[in-house]
Amino acid sequence: MKRVYVNEKWCLGCHLCEFYCAFANTGEKDMAQALKDLKINPRIKIEEQNGISFAVSCRHCREPFCVKACISGALQANDGVITIDKDKCIGCCTCILSCPFGAVAVSEEGVVQKCELCVQTHEGTPRCVEGCPNNAIVFEERG
Amino acid sequence: MAIRYIYSEYEVSRNTDRCIVCRVCERQCANEVHTYLPEQNKMTADESKCVNCHRCVSLCPTRALKIIKGNNTYKENANWSNKTMNELYRQADSGGVLLSSMGNSENYPIYFDRILLNASQVTNPSIDPLREPMETRVYLGSKAVKIERDEKGRLKNNLLPHLKLSMPIMFSAMSYGSISYNAHESLARASEELGIYYNTGEGGLHEDFYPYGKNTIVQVASGRFGVHKAYLNQAAAIEIKIGQGAKPGIGGHLPGKKIVGDISKTRMIPEGSDAISPAPHHDIYSIEDLSQLVYSLKEATEYKKPVIVKIAAVHNVAAIASGIARSGADIISIDGFRGGTGAAPTRIRDHVGIPIELALAGVDKRLRDEGIRDQVSVVVGGSIRSSTDIVKAVALGADCVYIGTAALLALGCHLCRSCHEGKCNWGIATQVPELLKRLNPDIGYKRLVNLLTAWRHEIEEIMGGMGINSIESLKGNRLMLRGVGLNEKELEILGIRHAGE
Amino acid sequence: MLKEGQVRIPSGCAISGMFSKTGQRQSGENIIQSISVMHERSNGLGGGFAAYGIYPENKDYYALHIFHDHLAAKNECESFLERHFDLINLSKIPTRKHKGVTDEPLIWRYFVTPLPTKLESSQLDEREFVAKCVFRINTRIEGSYVCSSGKDMGVFKAVGFPEDVGRFYRLDEYEGYCFTAHGRYPTNTPGWWGGAHPFALLGYSVAHNGEISSYDANRRAIEMYGYSCTLQTDTEVITYIFDYLHRKKGLTFQEIASVISAPFWQTIEAMPPEEKETHEYLRNAFASQLITGPFSILVGFEGGLLALNDRLKLRSMVVGEKDDMVYIASEEAAIRVIEQDLTRVWSPKGGELVLVELEGGSR
Repeated sequence: MKRVYVNEKWCLGCHLCEFYCAFANTGEKDMAQALKDLKINPRIKIEEQNGISFAVSCRHCREPFCVKACISGALQANDGVITIDKDKCIGCCTCILSCPFGAVAVSEEGVVQKCELCVQTHEGTPRCVEGCPNNAIVFEERG
Repeated sequence: MAIRYIYSEYEVSRNTDRCIVCRVCERQCANEVHTYLPEQNKMTADESKCVNCHRCVSLCPTRALKIIKGNNTYKENANWSNKTMNELYRQADSGGVLLSSMGNSENYPIYFDRILLNASQVTNPSIDPLREPMETRVYLGSKAVKIERDEKGRLKNNLLPHLKLSMPIMFSAMSYGSISYNAHESLARASEELGIYYNTGEGGLHEDFYPYGKNTIVQVASGRFGVHKAYLNQAAAIEIKIGQGAKPGIGGHLPGKKIVGDISKTRMIPEGSDAISPAPHHDIYSIEDLSQLVYSLKEATEYKKPVIVKIAAVHNVAAIASGIARSGADIISIDGFRGGTGAAPTRIRDHVGIPIELALAGVDKRLRDEGIRDQVSVVVGGSIRSSTDIVKAVALGADCVYIGTAALLALGCHLCRSCHEGKCNWGIATQVPELLKRLNPDIGYKRLVNLLTAWRHEIEEIMGGMGINSIESLKGNRLMLRGVGLNEKELEILGIRHAGE
Repeated sequence: MLKEGQVRIPSGCAISGMFSKTGQRQSGENIIQSISVMHERSNGLGGGFAAYGIYPENKDYYALHIFHDHLAAKNECESFLERHFDLINLSKIPTRKHKGVTDEPLIWRYFVTPLPTKLESSQLDEREFVAKCVFRINTRIEGSYVCSSGKDMGVFKAVGFPEDVGRFYRLDEYEGYCFTAHGRYPTNTPGWWGGAHPFALLGYSVAHNGEISSYDANRRAIEMYGYSCTLQTDTEVITYIFDYLHRKKGLTFQEIASVISAPFWQTIEAMPPEEKETHEYLRNAFASQLITGPFSILVGFEGGLLALNDRLKLRSMVVGEKDDMVYIASEEAAIRVIEQDLTRVWSPKGGELVLVELEGGSR
């Protein structure tokens, strides 16, 4: 299955992926309208220190600790994509504790949020990948 | 300084309705034009630092940015233009020589734009490149042969070494140092995929790129940086650089602060030392000296590689080319006065040399008049901007063209002409680590391949229209050209007729 | 109006040729019959013939056919000839008045051989000496034009329809082993006899149908080797290319075909290694002699005839064979009219050389 991979060698730390991610999850058509005066809380986040930067988002693990840890069954693996059912989420944050990559976070709605691969909404390519100017985030099949 | 004599040339226009304060402009501007104001949660700009490279405009996700020409103006004066006055103020401030990058930007005639192409009608058919083969392969090198046969009567292959190209285009000399490692990697990989050549320039060849040797032309310039046996033998051809269109008669100077790490190693000079290329080669003070260097290089490479001699297009270029053709060189490369550079004195760049179209026409004619056109191939550059420039150059008599600026544009360059400042926001003309990673060669090489693939299609289309199905039938075919709006002298030098004739 | 040579005039054409491999000499009547069938391919602005084996009694001398526009030119030209050649024989070329052929110049024939002293001091080989003299007359002597300069052969051409030109020159009274004919359809009115075809230099004569796109590339390349293209016609430049590659460079006709009508690279890539190397060599070394654009040509030479189409075969050309005779023409009908009972009729492919030579070599 295709997954999002990051390559810190080419990451410029421009943070565009975060904005494209936030935009993807608004469902709006125009980015300016969607994100104007909004403090974004994207599902992909740039980590940077000492001149090194890279994007962090859910890796859709084959054996996801978050799914195992979820006490309400809100996190599910569907054909390899780890999704979250907000109605079932009780906001216990156990998944956040168990994710080794820090890819799950709390959302404004009081439940948790994570990357659910916006491939359905965006013609097969996640928005963060589309919006990366330097191929530092790619969406591809790897062994 | 209390008095600010130089105003900013541009204004940064930000549409606040569209700005989402993502701060990508701020992060991507090495000139620190954009700043975030946290209290107001908005962006601001110091346009005096802007070089108009368009990095921020290109990356702004909501298309909120525009760079517009500043309309600050002095009193109108046809003699003292704003630009002239600004340059004067700058020199009065600094006491220094004005520096510029990339090619001559002054308003001289562009002859390519005054030449029109022909097409077949009725008396012979045009050829559809989608149906029939359309050949763009060229060989560069001496074609002067005496037929020899073996004992069975078969022709002996007695041609001197040649370069074989899938199309008459090469990437011109741009040194590692003046452009980045990633730019070089992009050029090398594109050359390999396209079946053409790129040129190291005078900065030596990074060992990582040795695998691309069969698509590499290595340069031997007056500073002799990075020249050693493996360097020469790694290459497909060797170019002796005598001059450059952007700065004929001038040497080069790469400041010590750019001579870092691999660049110092590749150039074979200590870190931090200035890389100074003398104006002349100090072992070439005359034409017979050139011949010695040509044969020294051939000797060092066992006569297996063609030798190119590159000169700037100056007034007596035809006579010089004739001398070069007789010096043992296989290929002459001529760089027109619009050729690019990483840094050149502005006055030299803008006022020395002649247009490549005229130089090419003159050289081709002179070599034919002397019966030695077959002894050498002629490659021209400075400045080739499109497939039609190439078609026109070939029809005027060139075997091949060099493209430099066009290749950099494909890699992202927006011709802000600030290379000499070393802070290229596109990761091309810089050695700053966080800037040079902006050019990902995976993307860069593909864009170069795309560009030349597109140009090749256009060349094929134009040739087909002329009823020509192989590029060699276009070479020197000046009947395919007509001048428009040119005077008799210009037509005479170009060796073409006026449109309507 | 500008004369041929001052302006480049494209034209459509008809060509026809016939060749006896055993060297049987026959009258020129047949070739007139053949070319007249293709009347519509000409427009009365040029026709001509080349005939080989027609001067057996003078076969060791160069036969110069010269047009003189006026007596002064003739005198100047003859004085030049006397300074450079032994004039073995000179005479007016016999003609017969024909209403379709008018404004004829003075048409003279000279059998000559270079003066030994002149030849020696020129340090040139004999044929080069003759070729140089021909160029001298054609470029320097206003009003004189050498249209034929080979041995045991001659070119007969004029402004008019080719069949009328044949009658005018009484071609039926000549006997040769090879004839070629050309009917011209220029898109302009040259009105000058020198501009008609075939075009000849030394023993080479070229009759060509087509308009090549590579003209100026070929012209500028060949002029570098001392040829001057005064007529601006394809035929002229093709003749010089043949002369250069065959006489000066020593390529075989097959090799010449591979140069001027070269196989495409994709074809060459698929060849066995040695053949591939040869073709790559020829295309590289003689790149400027590649001819593109439509052409079908008949090249007569001492002891042989060859035919060649452009690499895409953009002009029609048919070959017919019967016993020792080979016929080549733009249209099959032009062959059928003189030989109905052909044993083989075929259409050469683009770039495919058709070469016929006298059995036992040139005589």
